[in-house]
Amino acid sequence: MSKASEVLFAPLFKDNPIALQVLGICSALAVTSKLYPTLIMCVALTATITLSSFFISLIRNFIPNNIRIIVQMTIISSLVIIVDQLLKAYDYETSKTLSVFVGLIITNCIVMGRAEAYAMQNGPAMSALDGFGNGLGYSLILIIVGSIRELIGSGQLLGYQILQMTTEGGWYIPNNFFLLPPASFLIIGLFIWALRSWKKEQVEVPEFSMKQNAPKEIKVEHA
Amino acid sequence: MQNKDSIKNTIFIGLGLCLICAAVISFIAVGLKQLQKQNIILDQQKKIVAAANLEDFYGSVSDAYNSIEEIIIDLDTGNFTDLDPSGYDLSKELQDNSKYINLSSAEDIATIKVRENYSKVFLEYRDDELNTVILPVRGYGLWGILYGYLAISNDLNTIVGLEFYEHKETPGLGAEIDNPAWKALWNGKKLFDDKGNLLIKVVKGKVAMNEADSNYKVDGLSGATLTSNGVTNLLAFWLGDLGYLKFLSNLKEEVTNV
Repeated sequence: MSKASEVLFAPLFKDNPIALQVLGICSALAVTSKLYPTLIMCVALTATITLSSFFISLIRNFIPNNIRIIVQMTIISSLVIIVDQLLKAYDYETSKTLSVFVGLIITNCIVMGRAEAYAMQNGPAMSALDGFGNGLGYSLILIIVGSIRELIGSGQLLGYQILQMTTEGGWYIPNNFFLLPPASFLIIGLFIWALRSWKKEQVEVPEFSMKQNAPKEIKVEHA
Repeated sequence: MQNKDSIKNTIFIGLGLCLICAAVISFIAVGLKQLQKQNIILDQQKKIVAAANLEDFYGSVSDAYNSIEEIIIDLDTGNFTDLDPSGYDLSKELQDNSKYINLSSAEDIATIKVRENYSKVFLEYRDDELNTVILPVRGYGLWGILYGYLAISNDLNTIVGLEFYEHKETPGLGAEIDNPAWKALWNGKKLFDDKGNLLIKVVKGKVAMNEADSNYKVDGLSGATLTSNGVTNLLAFWLGDLGYLKFLSNLKEEVTNV
């Protein structure tokens, strides 16, 4: 695999920001009850992280070390404000649904994490690619979670009725639990389990080993 | 290149970056302002059209809104004014103390503290005849003020719909005021009895359909008693003396005289 495609595709399964690094969980819980806002959120985050990695990498040799986090935050938050403004202008309905979570991309650990870990050491083109790849990795999980939640929670996908609900004369009783944020924990947890069963190298070494149960030596004598 | 960690360079990069970012954001924010404003207006129109249930009849929100006349009324006299409705902004009215009155705690059923002197109402005409009256209403729920529109048909007693466009109620409980199934319950309910007493209210639990006054009652939202009470209170205030009562009786005279 060439270096570029490695940087681009590794975050999908091999080094997924949500599943392996367990970052950016907050928005993965909050915006995924319907697929459409989820897609918009994915685009917003991917655009932000690609551009922020690019710009940060571009000026990385000029950024004074003692204010580097502030510089990164300034660039990231400016980009997020721009994304938010664009959303308000071109997709007002969705921007109302996503409300504060677009603004919270600023504090999304994935964006800042890639800036610190990759963009500060690598060239602009590769950094942009790395940002884009991580955006894709994030999007992959969000789209899976969003699809499952909308389908089970309201019997729809992107607003189209897939499972006929009982309230409209069909057979499907929607599971309201999937409309609530904790459902994402369940789905993300199952995804991590599936991923680590497939790619065994992702399984972390236990920090401590469980002690064996004490052997049953004492026999209870029955009178 | 000089030492990038020097104080001079730190200040230079810090200031320079802030200036560039500020400039870029300002340009974009100013450039998009017009579009964003239009979106907010369109969103308002959508809510007004939804309250009066007009979209099905006219086919689209903009067609429906074109049949609506915006007009400023004086709440104290209940008369139409010839003020320009296009510049009306409730939040601006409530900043100018000559344009609102303070409510005493006895008067302030809906817990809104102040009431504007002028209100912008919406009249929908069909074949030159008044068909629906849409009144902006607001009142305190559980977490904050509920802002909405109440649509009344041309007998000035039957509710067409109630639609809230801004609130801070709990999702799944109080925020069920946005639930289409609950909103549909309002259609056809009556406001006043024959003697002119305001009876409409949100009750606890379900309304028994065989009750004589079931026409004046709407099912409560389970788990959201305070939000339900808030809706009852805001209707009581806005359909009372300090609200639209004078305007509605003036309008009634006008409609029956024609």
